[in-house]
Amino acid sequence: MRTIKEINEKIKKGQVVVATAEEIIELAEKKGIKKAAQEVDVVTTGTFGPMCSSGAYFNVGHSKPRVKLGGGVCKFNDVPAYTGFAAVDVYLGATALPDDDPRNKIYPGEFRYGGGHVIQELLEGKDVRLEAVAYGTDCYPRKKLETLIKLQDMNEAVLFNIRNCYQNYNVAVNLSEKIIYTYMGVLMPRLGNANYCSAGQLSPLLKDPYYKTIGIGTKIFLGGGIGYVAWHGTQHNPSVKRKPNGVPAAPSGTLAVIGDLKQMKAEWLRGTSMVGYGTTLTVGIGVPVPILNEEIAQQVATKDEDLYAPVVDYSQNYPQCIPGALGEVSYAQLKSGKIKIEGKAVPTGALSSYAKAKEIAEELKFWIQKRDFILSEPVASLPGAESGYGFKPLHERPVT
Amino acid sequence: MISKRIVLHFPQRIAEKPIVYKLVKEYNLTFNILKAYVTPQEEGLLVMELSGKDDDFKKGIEYLQSSGVKIQPLSEDVIRNEVKCTDCGVCVPVCPTQALVVDPLTRKVHFYDNKCVACELCVKICPTRAMEIHF
Repeated sequence: MRTIKEINEKIKKGQVVVATAEEIIELAEKKGIKKAAQEVDVVTTGTFGPMCSSGAYFNVGHSKPRVKLGGGVCKFNDVPAYTGFAAVDVYLGATALPDDDPRNKIYPGEFRYGGGHVIQELLEGKDVRLEAVAYGTDCYPRKKLETLIKLQDMNEAVLFNIRNCYQNYNVAVNLSEKIIYTYMGVLMPRLGNANYCSAGQLSPLLKDPYYKTIGIGTKIFLGGGIGYVAWHGTQHNPSVKRKPNGVPAAPSGTLAVIGDLKQMKAEWLRGTSMVGYGTTLTVGIGVPVPILNEEIAQQVATKDEDLYAPVVDYSQNYPQCIPGALGEVSYAQLKSGKIKIEGKAVPTGALSSYAKAKEIAEELKFWIQKRDFILSEPVASLPGAESGYGFKPLHERPVT
Repeated sequence: MISKRIVLHFPQRIAEKPIVYKLVKEYNLTFNILKAYVTPQEEGLLVMELSGKDDDFKKGIEYLQSSGVKIQPLSEDVIRNEVKCTDCGVCVPVCPTQALVVDPLTRKVHFYDNKCVACELCVKICPTRAMEIHF
């Protein structure tokens, strides 16, 4: 029907037709999928949820005299960064906590400040305190460093998230008699609430379930700036059971994404605190899906009614790694505010902001329309549904 | 007529006096208890909606204050920091009074502070710390 090259020509001429994933659903309902596929060149998707495997690497620049952070200790506002690289390269993860954070010693811990919050403050243009201790060498004699630093002072500041953008996710509930604190939020006893974490019909990988257009090298909206799909994400699991429409009915594909942090905005990368669990980073991602043919249009027009998530008990099954779900619900049911589990009406809560996901899809649409965003051709595919690729549990072996 | 949601702090020394009873009997006020913590030997806390004629209401409040009860208006207790809120909606099922509601069309979360009983559950669980307590 059309190629990415042809779409890019249209973008450059200002003739491209872009629709958000919500808009193409409407259009397909009104005019049918054939017509919708003919009319629309690109569909934009979006998601804005907590993604723990996020972080950024920095080159902080060389001090005078020089210091070798590699093998030493480096902290931003007391939050430790990983130093196992060359002299002044460090990586700060979203879940890193200050050494003196009480964690869950006072249960449930508040986790008010961690790596994700440092990243947000850097994006807000704030100074952060860089403190480092090194062992000192002949070429890097300095053993101590303490300075203020801000994002623009860094040589490189690159967001590199090794697992984001989950293709579908569990709906978390609590079957036990006591309140539990999880990465899926606070779960009230006896099915008191059900928390889900996906933008459903706006979520990138749910709209391209077989990764036909999203691959390594795909250019994306990342944290308000431009990023790329770097690889498949960790725990990428494309081989799970799929619905007849091709969409996985459980958590499956993931993306590793990368982009220049200096171009991103605090609005789209938020330090996040999950009470009793830890800190994380809420990441805004938008992925354009080029409508290369009718089949892609069909997939991208899948509605919340036809996207299903498994309901999983987080008091026993999840922590003990016991497979099995309590049932399946559609995102339309989840968004109605109540779902039925074991005959009980359970109120639902979302961790992923649909309102923000929609804003991201609209923003990306706007960028494409005003010729600021040209699509990229993926350079390699992600492991697909038939690849046999999957993720496995840890097989523990005795150490002797 | 006047109707207000207020937070009453009872110091330990008067926690065992029938103060609310007097509001009804002597000041013709009606009340609806929204939340209460009354532990023997400790400070008591009562969140209630108090209603009555303007004059009675004024006198009733004066009576409470003269008895040593500390009064706070409830509406000031929990506020939402609009910049911090991401409209995720994880607070919605946890709110016991439906003061936090998702708009079915925009999917934005509305906070109706007139429905809030300041239980502070949302304050504790909000991932971006958007729900704040203001005294």
